[in-house]
Amino acid sequence: MQNADCRVELSPCRCERGVAFMKYRFDFEFLGEAWPEFVWGAVLTLKLTAAAIVLGLLFGTLCAVARTSGIGWLRKTITAYVEIIRNTPLLVQTFWLFFGLASLGFKMTAFTAALVALTVNITAYSSEIIRAGIESIRKGQIEAAESLGLTKSQILRDVILPPAIERVFPALTSQFVLMMLASSIMSQISAEELMAVAGRVQSETFRGFEIYLIVAGVYLLLAQLLRLTMHCISLIAFPRRRRLGTTL
Amino acid sequence: MLTTNQLLFLLQGTLWTVVLALCGFIGGGILGLIIALLRVSKRRTLRWIGAGYVQCVQGVPLPVMMFIAYFGLALTGRNIPALVAAAASITIFAAAYLGEIWRGCIEAVPRTQWEAADSLALSSFHKHFDIILPQAVRLAVPPTVGFMVQIIKNTSYAVVIGFVELTQSGRIINNSVFEPFVIFSIVGAIYFALCFPLSRLSQTLEARLRARGA
Repeated sequence: MQNADCRVELSPCRCERGVAFMKYRFDFEFLGEAWPEFVWGAVLTLKLTAAAIVLGLLFGTLCAVARTSGIGWLRKTITAYVEIIRNTPLLVQTFWLFFGLASLGFKMTAFTAALVALTVNITAYSSEIIRAGIESIRKGQIEAAESLGLTKSQILRDVILPPAIERVFPALTSQFVLMMLASSIMSQISAEELMAVAGRVQSETFRGFEIYLIVAGVYLLLAQLLRLTMHCISLIAFPRRRRLGTTL
Repeated sequence: MLTTNQLLFLLQGTLWTVVLALCGFIGGGILGLIIALLRVSKRRTLRWIGAGYVQCVQGVPLPVMMFIAYFGLALTGRNIPALVAAAASITIFAAAYLGEIWRGCIEAVPRTQWEAADSLALSSFHKHFDIILPQAVRLAVPPTVGFMVQIIKNTSYAVVIGFVELTQSGRIINNSVFEPFVIFSIVGAIYFALCFPLSRLSQTLEARLRARGA
């Protein structure tokens, strides 16, 4: 992309009856200078996503376990949290965290706020998914573990959670891809990521249409990359599946 | 605290959110039905077109689509309101997801129903619209209601192109009174009031469907 002369022209003479739209001259010249910024933006988006996935899996599992436990008030609190998060937009949650909490004295940088918002959001969704996985484990498995004299935490760690997460891993993957796409809205609190980079390049070059077509392509690539990564992780994390040769 | 005018402004924003969501749902429903039918078509090329559409749309963030629609429609040289760009991108977005949901429902109709329709020599049109779709609709209602929640929430992304819906009107008021905690709590509560009943309805419908043994 170093050569500055990468233009695609739709020549007007070939579409005499065409509307003004067809005469539009695509101009990708800005890419010559701006491509490192786009790469940088993509890396930042991936960083944000990866951090939110790790935290979301951790807290999501904790919430799911707490919710399936017998403690009443804990279950109710987490249910309320999950319902509030799932029935309000991520953008409003982010504004509430970034602007709202800042006005009460909890100041965060934009990137931290973006990470916190994404984590709070994805925790609610992944806890719901993992809970479904936990509830799909048959009672007999747990009774068998109990009869072998395993402790409660051993049962949870070795008998319930691994197959539960294995079973819902595809659903988790889709949710994580959705979250990566949603992270694009974090540019609204001026957190630095791909969309923010795009906005900056757009304000310098005024090539909005071309820029966002390219950004769409980059996100498509990132989404495929994330799916592939999650698949590789599943191959490593669930060796039983790999041996059986069944797809997740 | 907020004045009556500011509250009215928020309610006006709510109204635009609902309008945008309805546009997206109707448009997305029509396009989504086409996508679903393409996905279950007998012709391989049609199936590929449907799958390609879904793959592309599900890999691109909605704010990016909003920008593409906004700048793309501006290329026609006319002054297009942000509502049109927002509605167009939500339509495209919703169609991909509704198409996938409905494809699942169509495929859940037992194979024998298709074979029965074929053995009666029904045309493709009658087979789909008289035999398969009526049965698929029954299965499709709960997840479709559930997806309406997603559409309502995703209308908030229209802020990127400056469309004044609920979130944006909250932001505008905040710029003048600077009480973000109160304002975004109210905005969140309004979204919750719109979405929660739909979520609950979807769950109830699903439970009822399951109880009927479907």
